[in-house]
Amino acid sequence: MSKVETLDTPRFAVGTSDREIEAAAIRAAVNRKRRVRLWQWGLLLGFLGSWELASRREWIDPFFYAMPSSIVGRLWDWLSEGTAEGSLWVHLWTTMEESLLGFFSGAFFGIVVGIVLGRNKMASDVVSPFIKVLNSIPRVVLAPFFVMFFGLGLGSKVALAFVMVFFVVFANAFQGVREADRAMIANAQILGASPAQVTRAVVIPSAMTWIFASLHVSFGMAIIGAIVGEYVGAKHGIGLLIEVAKGSFDTAGMFAAIVLIVIFALSAEWVVTHIENMLLKWRPAPFQDQGH
Amino acid sequence: MSGGAALSPHAAPHMATQTPAIELINVSRRFISPEGKSFTAIRDFSITVNRGEFVAVVGPTGCGKSTTLNLVTGLATPSAGEVRIMGKKVSGIDPRIGFVFQADALFPWRNVIDNVSAGPMFRGQPKAQAYDKARDWLKRVGLAKFEKHYPHQLSGGMRKRVALAQTFINGPEILLMDEPFSALDVQTRVVMHNELLNLWSESKASVVFITHDLEEAIGLADRVYVLTAGPGTVKTSYEIDLPRPRNIAEIRYTPRFIELSKQIWDDLREEVEISQARQTGA
Repeated sequence: MSKVETLDTPRFAVGTSDREIEAAAIRAAVNRKRRVRLWQWGLLLGFLGSWELASRREWIDPFFYAMPSSIVGRLWDWLSEGTAEGSLWVHLWTTMEESLLGFFSGAFFGIVVGIVLGRNKMASDVVSPFIKVLNSIPRVVLAPFFVMFFGLGLGSKVALAFVMVFFVVFANAFQGVREADRAMIANAQILGASPAQVTRAVVIPSAMTWIFASLHVSFGMAIIGAIVGEYVGAKHGIGLLIEVAKGSFDTAGMFAAIVLIVIFALSAEWVVTHIENMLLKWRPAPFQDQGH
Repeated sequence: MSGGAALSPHAAPHMATQTPAIELINVSRRFISPEGKSFTAIRDFSITVNRGEFVAVVGPTGCGKSTTLNLVTGLATPSAGEVRIMGKKVSGIDPRIGFVFQADALFPWRNVIDNVSAGPMFRGQPKAQAYDKARDWLKRVGLAKFEKHYPHQLSGGMRKRVALAQTFINGPEILLMDEPFSALDVQTRVVMHNELLNLWSESKASVVFITHDLEEAIGLADRVYVLTAGPGTVKTSYEIDLPRPRNIAEIRYTPRFIELSKQIWDDLREEVEISQARQTGA
């Protein structure tokens, strides 16, 4: 960046009214937003367009790389006629169900265990080396075990999504509890709060920022868990669709499945952000660019 | 602002017959570091705070001022000696105590009225009753219009008013204040001093006010204790015979105030120099 960005409003001639200055500032902000949008659309269309073009002209092999139009075509086929493995909605719902169950159970137990251990120094000192060991196991290696334990159905995927989510949320909840302000806790105690009231009124709310930070990441983790579980062995699910598409060299199908996952993940992220903003409305607004 | 008739604690005759509000008798407090080394914060520390008395404690940095307050709250226990409240040995947090912190100890996720009503609600009062009380206290500190604001939306001075209301709503008989106004600008601080004296004169609480600001100590207190450089112990105690009600903004220019300031500062300076030499030397 060569130009130093400042927060100054532009210079105005002496005697310019406040209203004119405000109007100019709003105009500048709107223009800037438009420019950002324009670039974003330009990048997207440029990328998709050159992919399509390169594939059609066979600069890249369409057999391996597919092209946007064939991906859209495949999605349309799936939506209108279903996949070779049955209705698309069944697959989509299966993956959603697995990741949602894994996410909620993992987040719930992560928060509870994080708070309990965070509030209990003795217990946390005792179990911390064990948690470190468990945490250092790469979660995906557990997938085959879970398939063995819980079978090809829902259970094994939920279990994998659960362990993916649990440790992330647990670590953050634990840290959040530990970071709770000492003066604030002392204040609550002197005002008359019992240990349970301190946990509810001070510790949990102050850990909430940390917990939400982990929830954003961990929803993605839950989806990874569900899909890896499906790769290893499943009867339904987006992961299975990708496996089947791979088996028949249907690259368009593989990309189409990825598009579905992206849509699902983004909607989930949107919901989490929404809930976060509702629950954490006490936070000061983040620093905002002045739109110059 | 000076609406309430100030009660001079010394004028009340029956108080002499009662046990003091706070007694620290030959108290020591030692900390053991994780490496196993011990560090003495206060040693042979004795002060007495009579009922309704406003006591200020001044001393150089690191002389264990905050430690003494933690001992009175029961959040910490003495390594030796005894701490008594109203004649009884401290065991745990006493509900008659109120504490105003140096740092912002308001709950940032609660709006003003939920912060102020926290004490009564922790103590089991129904919400409606706690809210009524909180509204009354917010009116007294001049924040009636701000009950739905969150702490981050208020200025430093307003947050301190909320903190005062939050503390006073429990009707504390003992009020402990740990450099409560040190983060405020000078003008706001003077306003808060008058506000505090006003609230105190109505509540008749016994106060221990810790500060490193000598003028603040003299302006507010009936008695000023000067502590030695750490490990802290009481060096001298001064009776502040300035008349009440006091106006902090004006009292500092009276001859008696200036005389007291000089006298106490001469005493305090030695300790500050020792403390400084230690910090730069070590």
